[in-house]
Amino acid sequence: MTIEPYDSGDLPEHKPRRSDVDPKAAKRAERQVGFLFIASGLASAAFIVAYIVTPVDKEMPLPGFGSTNASNLLLGITMGLALFLIGAAAIHWAKKLMPDVEVVQERSPESSEAEHRDALLDEYRRGIDESGVKRRPFILGSMAAALGLAGLPAVVLLRDLGPLPADALTKTMWERGMHILIAETEQKIRPEDMQVGTLISAVPEGIDLVMEEAGNLNELAKSAVMLIRMDPAEIVADQTPEGKEPWSYEGILCFSKICTHVGCPLGLYEQLTHHMLCPCHQSTFDLADAGNVIFGPSSRSLPQLAITVDEDGYLIAREGFAEPVGPSFWERG
Amino acid sequence: MSTSKVEQAGGAGYLWVDDRVPASKYLKKQLGKVFPDHWSFMLGEIALYSFIILLLSGTFLSLWFKPSMIEVVYDGSYLPLNGVKMSEAYASTLDISFDIRGGLLMRQIHHWGALFFVAAISVHLLRVFFTGAFRKPRETNWIIGVTLLTLALLEGFAGYSLPDDLLSGTGLRIAQGIMLSLPVVGSYVSFFVFGGEFPGTDFIPRLYTVHVLLVPGIILALITVHLMLVWFQKHTQFPGPGRTQRNVVGYPLFPVYAAKAGGFFFVVFGVTALMGGLFQINPIWLYGPYIPDQITAGSQPDWYIGWLDGALRLMPNIEIVFFGQWNLMLNVLVPAVIVPGIIFTAMALYPFIEQWATGDKTHHHLLDRPRNAPTRTAIGAMSLSFYVLLWIQGGNDLIANTFKINIFVITWTLRIAIFVVPPLVFVITKRICFGLQRRDRDKLLHGYESGIIKRLPNGKYYEQHQPISPEERAVLLARAEAPLPLPMPEKYDANGIKQKGYGVKKLQSRLSHFFYNEQVPMPTAAEIEEGNHHESELTAERNYEIDDARTKALAPHE
Repeated sequence: MTIEPYDSGDLPEHKPRRSDVDPKAAKRAERQVGFLFIASGLASAAFIVAYIVTPVDKEMPLPGFGSTNASNLLLGITMGLALFLIGAAAIHWAKKLMPDVEVVQERSPESSEAEHRDALLDEYRRGIDESGVKRRPFILGSMAAALGLAGLPAVVLLRDLGPLPADALTKTMWERGMHILIAETEQKIRPEDMQVGTLISAVPEGIDLVMEEAGNLNELAKSAVMLIRMDPAEIVADQTPEGKEPWSYEGILCFSKICTHVGCPLGLYEQLTHHMLCPCHQSTFDLADAGNVIFGPSSRSLPQLAITVDEDGYLIAREGFAEPVGPSFWERG
Repeated sequence: MSTSKVEQAGGAGYLWVDDRVPASKYLKKQLGKVFPDHWSFMLGEIALYSFIILLLSGTFLSLWFKPSMIEVVYDGSYLPLNGVKMSEAYASTLDISFDIRGGLLMRQIHHWGALFFVAAISVHLLRVFFTGAFRKPRETNWIIGVTLLTLALLEGFAGYSLPDDLLSGTGLRIAQGIMLSLPVVGSYVSFFVFGGEFPGTDFIPRLYTVHVLLVPGIILALITVHLMLVWFQKHTQFPGPGRTQRNVVGYPLFPVYAAKAGGFFFVVFGVTALMGGLFQINPIWLYGPYIPDQITAGSQPDWYIGWLDGALRLMPNIEIVFFGQWNLMLNVLVPAVIVPGIIFTAMALYPFIEQWATGDKTHHHLLDRPRNAPTRTAIGAMSLSFYVLLWIQGGNDLIANTFKINIFVITWTLRIAIFVVPPLVFVITKRICFGLQRRDRDKLLHGYESGIIKRLPNGKYYEQHQPISPEERAVLLARAEAPLPLPMPEKYDANGIKQKGYGVKKLQSRLSHFFYNEQVPMPTAAEIEEGNHHESELTAERNYEIDDARTKALAPHE
């Protein structure tokens, strides 16, 4: 069924363009189209010249914008013009010189005629009949089973895409007595090297060897921590379990650097409030209050690493992380 | 055998083809195929052309890009990073940007092209939605289109992730965090995808195959089907004089449409190339290589991922722990999996939902003006406002920084707005549509307000209305007679037996009322006739009054 609610009237009368009635205007349009094509050709030639002449690393001043890579700028402009002018010429040609009389075409019928549909159905039935699947259901059944099973190897084949998680998500390399190194300099650090208010990115001692051996950066993606020193009076709470030796040392706290939301490294520390904000989704942790979430989408506190100092006065881990670091997952517990 | 016309015209080569594939009759018909013209029909064309540009520029990049996470020490033209350890992927992207002539241009064309590709698809989708072009018989093409949009988002994100710079690595880390949030299988999915722990060394080579072969292959196949259906079903057209449900009015493929569409391809390509030369995009050398414990403030994804990132930022921190053992991270699942899942499913099914709710099973080849389908338009505007709010939240840190607003205030405002604004937008849009319908009705009945103010001899002013043009009349009349909502079904039939499927029918009728309530009635032909007649009589009468007074005033006094 088609709806045809109204009489839309006739096509408006065609109004001739200047180029239709005035041969001079048509000639002018012809010249314009030709010039646009020629200009494009010149731009292509200019591209080749720019490619050969401009060194790849040459900077050129761009008034008002500082400077830019000359090669990129010239190649871009010449290539852009070469292409754009072809388009402009073709469209100008179509608009000015090709007929602009609108043409009416009937739509094809909305559906096949009933007799054709019926004929198709007959043909289909004949095929089904000749294949005999109706009379021999055993074939159909076994074929369906075979096809279904043939899909399974394709799935099974993907098994070796990766190892099973095992304890990789719950364990880091941190363990008792491991030195805490400044991430940038890879040097051990003493408490007196840290003033109140400082924050230092840190890694476990030996992480370089671990990563070199593994040939990847996986350990850094979970073992990265940050050391923060604050006035001990300002620490409301930390994660030290009751009856245990304190996890912080003289106002120095160590937290995982990996956001517990979806795993971005934390980065924006507000010294006065001790708030640590994740630059990705703004989960905000209060480092003076056991790393608890005070705003944003993260649902878990930042895991704290228990620290102390060794006999030489260097900061070390008192033990490994007590809980998994990073984003939460189903079996995390 | 005498020489044929084709041979005389020098088409011996074509004869060779036709001897093997006799398609002359078919091709003759296709060369004259008519395409309707409207600026908004070019949006899909931009998407198509952007895709071709992406294939060409992407092939160029693949000649130098090394999809490898093997660590190397950079030793190239970009001095600030000399001696820095990085992956081969990042190093080869630097080489393309600094050591290969035209490499940076192609990278920037590829990136701009990707941004245009998704943008063009999105706006094209809005055009198709708001004009009702998805209605029968084009539902399949709508679903293909929604699939293409989804694939384009995926493809764009994959490309953004390949160079292994700090931003792209951070994006992947977030994607991995989202994988981990999947109930039961999360950690397994993540380990299979990354070949173990994040980041590992398997992922970028795998992603590369997905980005240059798998996804573009599917996109190419779907675009082909998309276009074949457009070709076969013929394009829709806007209402206007001479345009009906049964015809197509426009220009023939050869030569006019071919010249315009072909020319437009070069225009799109040219503009993209100019952008690549003039405007910097994704300067990966400024971000540095990906190192898992580093981050920059103001990390932003490409524009089309912004709404997802915004959703992640918006969601409050709800995590449910079952039996102290299993965690359901609703704070990640809802914004990153459930909401996008609902949005894309609802979008794909929309043609069928509307068809079911309205009971409209007819073919539609004439496009709706958005005002004439107020409920659909309101649903579209509402969804768009939802999207835009998420998108704003995706840039909340930039907004906070630029306008010095507390970021928590922005987030809380948007958390409330996401529930308040879309319904408001729905209601307001619907009212605007009805207002426009009423104006159209007035125009049909009384003509348009001409702006000509006349003063009558008795000092009264009146504005003369003038009849609208036949073109406008055809457009205004194109609104089908306001469809009636489906009747409420009877609960019991004549024998007092409860109707089968009563509940479903009731829901359908409710939805139908929701879609069609309050439509401004179309004037009947008689009413229009009478209205115009009245208006012209009034004008004539007033003019006579004025002329009469003027004659009297000018007459020499006796």
